[in-house]
Amino acid sequence: MPELNLTSAPAHLRHGSNIGQPLTRRDGVLKVKGQATYAADNHPPGMLFAVMAVASISRGRVISLDVSAAKRHPGVVDIMTSDHKPALAIDPDIKTNPFVFRMEVLQSNKVRYANQPIAVVIAETLEAATEGAALLAPRYETLPPFVGLDAGDSFVPPVVGVGNPTENHRGEVEAGLASAEKQIDATYETPPQYHNAMEPHAIVAAWDGDKLSVDMPTQGLMLSLARIAELFGVAHDKIHIRSPFLGGGFGSKGFMAGPQTLGIMAAKLVGKPVKLVVRREQMFGPVGHRAPTRQRLRIGADGEGRLTAIDHHARTVSSTFDDFYEPAADASHTLYAAPAIRTSHDAVRVNTGTPLFMRAPGEATGSIALESAIDEMAWACGLDPLAFRLRNYAEVEPITGKPFSSKALRACYEQGAARFGWTKRPLQPRQMRDDAGLLVGWGMGTATFPALMFQAQARAVLRRDGSGAMEIGAHDMGQGAWTALAQIAADELGLDIDRVEFKAGSSDLPDAGIAGGSAHTATAGSAIHSAGAAVISKLADLATSDERSPLFGAGNAGVIARDGRLIRRDDESRGESYSEILARAGVAEVEARGTGAPNPAAMEEYAMHAHGAVFVEVKVDPELGQIRVTRMVGAFAAGRIVNPRMVQSQLFGGMIWGMSFALHEEAITDRRTGRIMNANLGEYHIPVNADVPPLDVITVEEHDPHVNALGIKGVGEIGITGSAGAVANAVWHATGVRVRRFPIRIEDLLTQL
Amino acid sequence: MKTFDYVRPATVAEAVAAAAQPGAAYLAGGTNLLDLMKGGVSRPDRLVDVTHLDGLDQIERLADGGVRIGALVSNADLAHDSDFAKSYPAVAEALLSGASAQLRNAATVGGNLLQRTRCAYFYDTASRCNKREAGSGCDARGGENRTHAVLGWSENCIATHPSDFCVPLVALDAIVEIEGRSGRREIALDELHRLPGDTPERETAFEPGDLIVALRLPPAARGFAAHARYLKVRDRTSYAFAVVSAAAALRIEDGKIVEARLAFGGVAAKPWRARAAEDVLRNVAPTVDAFQEAARRALADAKPSGDNAFKIELARRIVVRALSLAAAGTPARIPALPASPFAPTSGAIHARA
Repeated sequence: MPELNLTSAPAHLRHGSNIGQPLTRRDGVLKVKGQATYAADNHPPGMLFAVMAVASISRGRVISLDVSAAKRHPGVVDIMTSDHKPALAIDPDIKTNPFVFRMEVLQSNKVRYANQPIAVVIAETLEAATEGAALLAPRYETLPPFVGLDAGDSFVPPVVGVGNPTENHRGEVEAGLASAEKQIDATYETPPQYHNAMEPHAIVAAWDGDKLSVDMPTQGLMLSLARIAELFGVAHDKIHIRSPFLGGGFGSKGFMAGPQTLGIMAAKLVGKPVKLVVRREQMFGPVGHRAPTRQRLRIGADGEGRLTAIDHHARTVSSTFDDFYEPAADASHTLYAAPAIRTSHDAVRVNTGTPLFMRAPGEATGSIALESAIDEMAWACGLDPLAFRLRNYAEVEPITGKPFSSKALRACYEQGAARFGWTKRPLQPRQMRDDAGLLVGWGMGTATFPALMFQAQARAVLRRDGSGAMEIGAHDMGQGAWTALAQIAADELGLDIDRVEFKAGSSDLPDAGIAGGSAHTATAGSAIHSAGAAVISKLADLATSDERSPLFGAGNAGVIARDGRLIRRDDESRGESYSEILARAGVAEVEARGTGAPNPAAMEEYAMHAHGAVFVEVKVDPELGQIRVTRMVGAFAAGRIVNPRMVQSQLFGGMIWGMSFALHEEAITDRRTGRIMNANLGEYHIPVNADVPPLDVITVEEHDPHVNALGIKGVGEIGITGSAGAVANAVWHATGVRVRRFPIRIEDLLTQL
Repeated sequence: MKTFDYVRPATVAEAVAAAAQPGAAYLAGGTNLLDLMKGGVSRPDRLVDVTHLDGLDQIERLADGGVRIGALVSNADLAHDSDFAKSYPAVAEALLSGASAQLRNAATVGGNLLQRTRCAYFYDTASRCNKREAGSGCDARGGENRTHAVLGWSENCIATHPSDFCVPLVALDAIVEIEGRSGRREIALDELHRLPGDTPERETAFEPGDLIVALRLPPAARGFAAHARYLKVRDRTSYAFAVVSAAAALRIEDGKIVEARLAFGGVAAKPWRARAAEDVLRNVAPTVDAFQEAARRALADAKPSGDNAFKIELARRIVVRALSLAAAGTPARIPALPASPFAPTSGAIHARA
C-alpha cells in the first residue's frame, strides 16, 4: 500500500460531529497535483507492456494470427494466444458463485462478440506492443451473428438482475386493465450503453514466486481477490491488490473481467511485471455494458385518475455464453399504488459481450419507460403529472404490501416542485415559448432506488498518543469514500478527523464488500460504526474497571466518547483522555473489529428505498428539432447524508447521466455484423459541458431507523432514475410529440414538429 | 505503432520535395492525422512536419481588400482575430462551433481543409471502404448511415466532409494557395474537394507533394459582413460534428438582396455550395417565402443514401433559418454557443407558431 498523505486543509478541520459536514475531498489535492496513484501509474522495475488484440467479428473463430510478424517487431517479447498461455487452475466458465462473470481469456479460438480479446502482445514499450497487436492481422471464419432485440427465439430467463424473479404479480392485472376508463399501451426502446469510466480497466501485475501483487481499479477488492485465487490456484494470503483510487466504475469494475485476468496471465507467461490498459475502443465489449431493452407498458386508470393496473414487460438481451438480464420491469414494483401489478421479462441471446450492472441497472432502463408511461396516462386523464403521481402515491410498497422503512417522497415532490416553479406549468403541451421563439417544456419523473446493504468488516484502533486508526478495504470510485467514511470513523472513534488514520483501498484490510448497489457508505459505514463502538467499549472497560479512573464504576453504557476523551454520561465534567487511560493501563493501543450487514428482520418487515423527484425544463427548436435541457431540479430523500458536498456531486452526476440516457447515449451497432461503430468518446455521445444546464439538488431530510444504525440509504444511482424520464416528458411537453425510442434524436421530432 | 520517418524541413521547397514521395504525409496540428495513424487508418511511411516552416502563420490584410491566412494559423487564433472575425463573421462562428477549445488551439487552417471524413466505416479498418482501400466496397451502404451524404454521393461512397470552417469559406469563394513540385498555383476551394464518383479514394485535386501554404478570401467576401451567419444542427450542444450545417451570407441594399451566398456542411463529400439557391435570391426581398424557395432549389437533387432522408428536410429548414438569421443581421458579438440554434442572440424568427 503506498502511503497516502491525505491532505489536512482548514476546510477539513471540524470539531464535534463530523457526519453531516460538507468536507471537501481529503484526496482532492493529491488528485489535482497528479499525485493520486491510479493503477496504470505504477511502474515496477522491469515492467513490460501488454496490449490486447481484439476480434473484429462478432461470431466465428480465429483461424490464423501472424504471430511471427508480431514477434519480429522490435521490442516485442512474447505473444499470448489460445495456443500459448499459462494454464489456469479452473475453467473460467465454471460459476463457482453467482458473481462469476464469464470472460474471454484465450481458452479457445472461438469468437463470441466483437472486441473480444483474441491475443495479448507483450513488449518492452507500449508502442511496440500496440504495433505488435496490429501486426497479428487475424483471419477469421465468420458466422452470421445474432444482432438486436429480435435476433432469435426469445426465452424467459430463470432470474433477472441478481436473483430477482423474472415475473412478479400482485392483484388481477387483466381485470384491472379491463375495468379501466383510460388505458395506455405503449412500447419503449432503450439502446445498449457502455460505462466508459474515465479510467479504463487497467492492471499492473507482478508475480514473485507464488505471490502475486496487483494494482487494479476494482469495486470489489475481496471479490476480485477470490476470483484471482481460484483462477490461478493461489492462496488468498499470497495475493495483494491495491486499489486506492478508481477513475469511475459505475458497475463495470465490480467483477473480475477478462482484460485484467489476461494481464495476470501475461505477467505469469513472461515472468516479469506486466501492465495492461484497456484501450478506449476495447471498453466496448469485454467489461460489461447496459443491455438494450424493449418495454411494453399497459396501464389502466379509473375515471378519477387512479391506477387500476400496471403491466410492465421488458425484452432484453444477454450474451450467447453468460447470463445477465437487465431487470427493467422491476422498476414498476415500488412507485405507484396500482392494485394490480405484473412485471415480466424475456430475452434473446445475441453476439455481444455479456451485459452487466451499469449505474442503476434495471431502475434506469425501467424508470424511463415507466415515467414516460405514467406521464402519458396523466395526460390521458387530463391531470397534471405531479397531481397524478400524488393521486397514486404508494403508502405501502405496491408489489409486496410492506410498509416503507421511511419515505419522504411527498416532501421531495413538494420541495422540488416549489424550487422549480412547477405550479405555473400549463397542462397542455406546446404552450410555452421563450423570447427567441424556442419551444419550452416542463417534465418530471419520480426517482427510486432500493436501500441495499452488503457485508463488511472494519478494524478500529485507539493509540496511546491520542490518535486512532480505522482500517477497511473500502473503494473510492470518485464518490468520496476517502472522505465520507473517514467522517464516520472520526465520529465513531470520538476523535477529530485529523487524528484518525483512515486506511482503505487495499486487499490486506478488512473486507468492505462491494462498492455497488449504492450500498457502500451504508455497508462500510456500518462496519466502521460497529468497530468504533467495539473499540470504545474496550477502552471504556479499561477505564471503568480501574479504581484510579474518574470513570470507575460508570459502566460501559455510562460513558460517552468525545474529542478524544471518555466522559461520564451522568456527569460530563468527569472524564479523562484516551491517552491517560491507555498510559495508565500500560498498553500502546486497543483494537477491535466490527461488522456491517443487512438486518434480515428489518428487511422482512419493511420495504427500503430512497426516493426523489426530478423536474426538468427543455427547449426545442420548433423547426430544427435540436433539444437542449435548460434547467434541472432534483429533490432526493436518501436517509442520512454523511457529506452533503459529496452527495450533491453524486446526484449531479446521476442527473446528468439521466439527461444523457434520454438524449445522447447509444452504442450504434451495425445491424449486419454486430460491431459497435461508435466505440470512441468522440462519437459515443455523452453530455459535454455545454449540454449541462444549471443543476439544483435538494436533499430532503429523512430519518430512517430501520435501514441501518446510521440511517444511510445511499445516493450513488438514484440520480439517473427519474431524471431520464423527466427529460423525455419535458420534450413531450415542449413539442406535443411523444418519442418512445431513446435517445431522442432530431429526426424523431423533425417531421412531427 | 508502425515506424515511420519523421522529417522537419527548413523551407517550403524542402517540404514539398520530402512529401512528394509515395507514402508521405504532412503533419501540422495532427488533430486528425494522429488519430488516423493510431487507428491504423493512415499508415504513412514518412511524416513531413511543417509546423516550423517560417512565414505560414500570418493573417495578412491585402491591399486589394482581401485577406491571406497562412496555412499554419491555428483555428483558435484565426477565430479570435477580432479584425478577421468582424470582416468574416460566419467564418469565425463556424470555426468556434467546431471541435473543442483544445482541438481548435492545435488545429491549423491548412489541415482543417484536408481533414478526412468521419464515416465510421472509413475509420474502422475491418470494414470495407472504397475511400480507404480503393475497390474494396462500401460498408456504409446498408449500414448505420443516418449521418451520411444526401448530395453528390455515389454507390461507391456516401461519406461526408466534416469541416465547419470550409462551409462559409466555400460560400465566400475562398482560394487555396498551393506549393507543389511545379511551383506555386492556386485553386478555388470549391475545386479542392472532389465528389466520390467512381474514385472515392481521390478526395482532392492535390498532386503528391502539394502543400497548402495559404488561404485567401477575395475582396468581395468582406461585403457580406453585415449579414452572415453559420448555423449548425448537431446531436449535442458542442463537440459534435454537424448533422447538417449551413453558411448564409447576404448583401442587402435598399431592402433587397443584391447577392446571396449559401453552402452546406455535413451533406456531401465536399462543402456544398448551393448556387441554384443563390440565383433565386438575387434582387428579391429577404422574405421567408424567398428563403423557402431557395431551400427547395438547394435540395432539389438531394436523395437519401440510407437512413438519412430526414437530413434533406432538415437541410431545407436550416437554409430558411440561416438565411433568416443572416437577413436579421450579424450579431455584434459571436454568440456564446456559436452556430447553435440555442444561441441566445440568435435573433431567430420562428415562423411556425
